[in-house]
Amino acid sequence: MYYHYALNIFLLACVNMIAVLGVSIFTGFTGLFSLGHAAFVGIGAYTAGVLTYHWYVPFPLAILAAMLASGAASLIIGVPTLRAKLRSDYFAIAIMGFGEALRVCLENLSITNGARGLSLDELSGPAWVVGALLASLAFARSLLKSRFGAMFVSVREDPVAAEMIGINLFRTRLLSLVVSAVLCGVSGALLAHRLAFIQPVMFTMTQSTQLLASVIAGGMGSVSGPVIVSLIFTALPEMLRNLEMYRLPAYGLLLVMIMIFRPQGLMGYREISDILRGARGFLSEKRR
Amino acid sequence: MFLQTLVTGLSIGAIYSLMAVGYSLIFSVLSFSNFAHGAVIMLGAYIGLALASKLGLGFALVMSGAGAGVIAMINERVAYAALRRRGAPSLYLMISAMGCSMFLENMVYATIGARFYAFPEFFGSRTVRLWGSSLSLLDLCAFVISVTAVFALHLFITRTRTGIAIRAGVNDMTMCSLMGVNTDRLISVVFFIAGAFAGVAGVFLGVRYLVYPTMGWVTNKAYIAAVIGGLGSLPGAMMGGLILGVLETLVSTYISSVMRDVFSFTALTALLICLPDGLMGAETEDKV
Repeated sequence: MYYHYALNIFLLACVNMIAVLGVSIFTGFTGLFSLGHAAFVGIGAYTAGVLTYHWYVPFPLAILAAMLASGAASLIIGVPTLRAKLRSDYFAIAIMGFGEALRVCLENLSITNGARGLSLDELSGPAWVVGALLASLAFARSLLKSRFGAMFVSVREDPVAAEMIGINLFRTRLLSLVVSAVLCGVSGALLAHRLAFIQPVMFTMTQSTQLLASVIAGGMGSVSGPVIVSLIFTALPEMLRNLEMYRLPAYGLLLVMIMIFRPQGLMGYREISDILRGARGFLSEKRR
Repeated sequence: MFLQTLVTGLSIGAIYSLMAVGYSLIFSVLSFSNFAHGAVIMLGAYIGLALASKLGLGFALVMSGAGAGVIAMINERVAYAALRRRGAPSLYLMISAMGCSMFLENMVYATIGARFYAFPEFFGSRTVRLWGSSLSLLDLCAFVISVTAVFALHLFITRTRTGIAIRAGVNDMTMCSLMGVNTDRLISVVFFIAGAFAGVAGVFLGVRYLVYPTMGWVTNKAYIAAVIGGLGSLPGAMMGGLILGVLETLVSTYISSVMRDVFSFTALTALLICLPDGLMGAETEDKV
């Protein structure tokens, strides 16, 4: 019994991690602020959910469709707002409006069953969730190690200098957005078939800020930091059930404190592997 | 009927303007999106609610303006001042603002509760007859007070010494401080003004609709209004608010009230495609 409970929490955390990974690529590596990535999770969840609920589409195909839908939505919102060298504030505001508009649409469409939500089958078992998480991690790692990863970081550090050395700001930012939206879409599809129930209110700004909080607390420019923190953020509230009311104020306070005292977050531009390697290097240095 | 809709739209638009002007003022001075603006509006509404039943609407408006102004000032001192002095990137300020908003909103939720409160009836359904249509007194009152407040701010910024210092600060904060302006105090003044406007807007929103912890989400509209007018431009924010209010009311009267929010977002995206700088925005490109 207890084992099942713990397993469920762990799987939910894994699903969250995929979305956090997406936000980490966008906010942590490319340095753009998003208050609406829950909308991409929502699009993924509803695309997959509607497909399996109404048309009995096989689960793998539904995940694929969710990825496509989230990616397409990110293009619709990203192309006008990231175009040229507009300040990224426009993007933050536009995506916030987008999230709100999406919720209104979801609540009023008949195909999504409105605000009452959709009851689905529990299709994403442990193998699916863990497999998707590992695949996403491997993908994110290879993307960030590639030329594109270097481009993301240079755009974050100094957009002007990045442009000077011939990086197309718009394309780089858009690529980062699409990748992050696709990852959020996968997470949504898995979430919908993990909880077996979705509702429009599950994908509001509160969720977006939780994703963002994990990325900031874990450290911008790090993959392992946010992933670890999102595990803590999912597990901790379960242990402190009776303090549920104070969870969100605590997140808020945490964000402010981190920005003031430790803006690099838990891992800050480093990975677990760097730290391990660093420790080994330090030890061998001493020996010599 | 049309005149009635127009006046309702103008009154909602004037409330949006109050919020958008404060938000835009902070944006123009510190060049970051103050996402805690919504929380300040909400707190202003609660202050007004606590005072209105005993002391009347006029007094409640003044006190909640002053109270919300002080809250915004404290907010800046606690959450932004350290970052600002360190010269942190505006992304950090935005995250800190997001944290404040989360903290304040959810503290109210945890302490006062999620109940919806209504203001006592001040205007009832009293109306003014004008050219054959009946206009609600509340609408007229909100419109007149909001427009007067924005006009007073305009006079303050253009005619007084502090106002000139604010305009100088918008141009170049470092130079401004070299000229002997106490920038800390200047920024406090800016936050007080923005907070006071937010508080007054909060009371009007509370009288018109209801008071509840998440009522700050209306600031989405203020952000959209500010972007329509061009971020950082005060006349632009005023115009943007009025235009958005009128358009929204027309849409909900003649098309569908459900699609109102979808419409405002679509309008925003369309505007960003055609007029990326907003109606009155200067350059929005990041300068070298």
